[in-house]
Amino acid sequence: MGRKSKQKQQDPTPHQPRQAHGTRVTKRKAKEVAVGNASKKSKQSNSIKQAKLPRKPKDPESSPSIHSSDEEDLEALQDLGSDDASIHDDDEYDLDAASDDDMPQQPPQQLVFSDEEEDSDEGSDDDEEDEEDDSDMSDDDDRPVKEKLSAKKSKKLDELALLEAADAEAEMIRTNISTLQPEEMAELDDDMVLPTEEDKEREAVEGADAQTVYGRIRDIVRILGDLRRFKATNRSRADYTQQLIADISSYYGYTPFLAEKLFSMFSPDEAIAFFDANETPRPVTIRANTLKTRRRDLAQALINRGVSLEPIGKWTKVGLQIFDSSVPVGATPEYLAGHYMLQSPSSFLPVMALDPQPNERVLDMASAPGGKTSYMSALMQNTGVVFANDANAARTKSLSANVHRLGCKNVVVCTYDGRQFPKVIGGFDRVLLDAPCSGTGVVSKDQSVKVNKTERDFALLSHLQKQLILCAIDSINTKSSTGGYVVYSTCSVTVDEDEGVVDYALRKRPNVKLVHTGLEFGVEGFTNITGKKFHKDMHLTRRFYPHVHNMEGFFVSKLHVQPRSVVKNKLAQGEKDDDDSGKGVLVDDEDDQPDVTFNDDEDKELMQKNQRRKQKAKGVKPSK
Amino acid sequence: MAYTTPQGKNLVHIINPSGAASEEDVDDDEVSLLLRLQKDKVFLLNTSINNLATSVARPNLISLGSCLGKFTKSGKFKLGIGSLDVLARWARYKVWVKPNGELPFLYGNHVVKAHLGRITEDTPEHQGVVVLSMADIPLGFGVSARSTVDTRKLDPTGLVVFHQADVGEYLRDEDTLF
Repeated sequence: MGRKSKQKQQDPTPHQPRQAHGTRVTKRKAKEVAVGNASKKSKQSNSIKQAKLPRKPKDPESSPSIHSSDEEDLEALQDLGSDDASIHDDDEYDLDAASDDDMPQQPPQQLVFSDEEEDSDEGSDDDEEDEEDDSDMSDDDDRPVKEKLSAKKSKKLDELALLEAADAEAEMIRTNISTLQPEEMAELDDDMVLPTEEDKEREAVEGADAQTVYGRIRDIVRILGDLRRFKATNRSRADYTQQLIADISSYYGYTPFLAEKLFSMFSPDEAIAFFDANETPRPVTIRANTLKTRRRDLAQALINRGVSLEPIGKWTKVGLQIFDSSVPVGATPEYLAGHYMLQSPSSFLPVMALDPQPNERVLDMASAPGGKTSYMSALMQNTGVVFANDANAARTKSLSANVHRLGCKNVVVCTYDGRQFPKVIGGFDRVLLDAPCSGTGVVSKDQSVKVNKTERDFALLSHLQKQLILCAIDSINTKSSTGGYVVYSTCSVTVDEDEGVVDYALRKRPNVKLVHTGLEFGVEGFTNITGKKFHKDMHLTRRFYPHVHNMEGFFVSKLHVQPRSVVKNKLAQGEKDDDDSGKGVLVDDEDDQPDVTFNDDEDKELMQKNQRRKQKAKGVKPSK
Repeated sequence: MAYTTPQGKNLVHIINPSGAASEEDVDDDEVSLLLRLQKDKVFLLNTSINNLATSVARPNLISLGSCLGKFTKSGKFKLGIGSLDVLARWARYKVWVKPNGELPFLYGNHVVKAHLGRITEDTPEHQGVVVLSMADIPLGFGVSARSTVDTRKLDPTGLVVFHQADVGEYLRDEDTLF
């Protein structure tokens, strides 16, 4: 249903993978670094990289004052190197556990996708299989030299970019901690001057210089990082933020409304990382169809065709990441025979959270083009039944083609508006609602989101999502012995499409509670943000960001639906408590509205008018 | 008949448990299957799934189970690519194509002698055959143009199998297939 992200997977024309890139570097920067210095760079000491990295080249008078000397950089970096872990202390990833000897400065996003062998705690068969997978791929002698090189190259690029990101982070921290001397600081204060009204007008007319704007963005972010120290005396935080949002919308090409909406969700430097990450494409990934093949066999078959690939990460046993391919991965005989599906890693997540069991009755409310549906069917081993619904009849074509190609025989494809659902058929053990959304998480795939979403679109979408989630909850068989779960997910990162909708459902349906998604990574959902307060369990939901997890922005939440009788009993015991906690922010309280009375005279006229119209519609001549 | 085992006489026989060819297939067939005509398409599915799907109105029902084929406007039954799973499992006559012949076949072309990897020994002429890749992945099905003996004498560009359906149709005919 209207989800742009899905159309791509589904492209019937041959699909050429893009070079995998896993980083958060702007295009310009990446080019500058990766191409120009790739060979030298690995040998050089960090200090040299550091010098050119974090900042764009800009006006001659401003740059030297901001940069401290190289020696200082070196010093700062040595400091960083010595207590690397302490810097990332507040990060949710355990650096020590995952960092590799070769890559001492790994920023967190690599951890998720790390392909090094790590000792796994569970010694299950599948894990062993995975390890074999890896060794197969790295030691395979049949593979043409070229592929090996390209895989290596892309890995190297990744590493470089990672180092670079680490450097950028280091720089950020350094400037915040500030090893600068007082006189230099004085210089810094003078250096950043917000543009005057005339400057802004001139920029509006002539078009701003991208480099200047980017430099200004970095400066403001730095200032916002420690406002008391860096800000000009006559400026407030609001001034800087306003200018920053204006610059973001001009540099990255978002509408000011959307730029502000996204900006308000992050800290300034994280916001920039997010916007940067949206400029680079995410890696191409596929999901092995366990109904027809195993991942190891599939990987071998594709390698023989000249595709270089690797497992996505430890968290999935079916995902493969494509680095480079001499054949279109969307048209290999294996693809046509249904051995795999082109699918982004983020769309594995809701299905993993849903965790459908064999012999259950499952509903996918907005299913086209069928990536998630077929994954569910595979997890259920073709038993039970999956109802795959999509409101858009045209998209059910590709949906059913995919379902049949992948050999899913327990799927019923139908086309209803999702809101009709408990009426069509209910009593499901599990329901997946991957709601139609604005797609702010998949900007890297579809840049048009930046400009074509207005405030009204967001209002309409979240309204639709609220209706859909209630329908999803009502379609559940609350007495199900194995299930009773709803998974709500979107490919959008905005709060009113994610937490806002879940919070609404929790308030409207007292028999629903949030449970853990079962996903081992991801950022916790917001319990409060920009004045909105959500349910206290909202931290159980998971958010995924392009700049942190190297996948599309995504939101996953899992709800357990209990029988109403249980809740009624509970309510009877503590009715008052529930009333207090049930107050929401997003929905108007109906009690606040003034008393409304009928005006009979006016109504009479209206009623007559309507009656006449009805008669006309029936073909009867109105009596008067 | 073309697509059956020695015991099986026709498609209906395939889904009938008593017609199961070998013992290993029997437990699969314990699930009761049925054929359902939806618009002009014929679907093969579990009875239990069909019972649930009765609540979906016909105009809104797109597909269910696996699609074996369709009735043409003139009332003839045409096997579709959805039946490949069933056919490949039960086929008596098979043709394997070489890797360089896979893509030409998947783009809808007939199989020529040059692309022929292996062929079932006693295939007669104009017999239904399943086409597989050398890795035993079913790619489609068709009708043999020559008997096995005659293919030996054929020149490399001569046709061996007439194309009927291939898995490439999932992409090519996505809009009309289901």
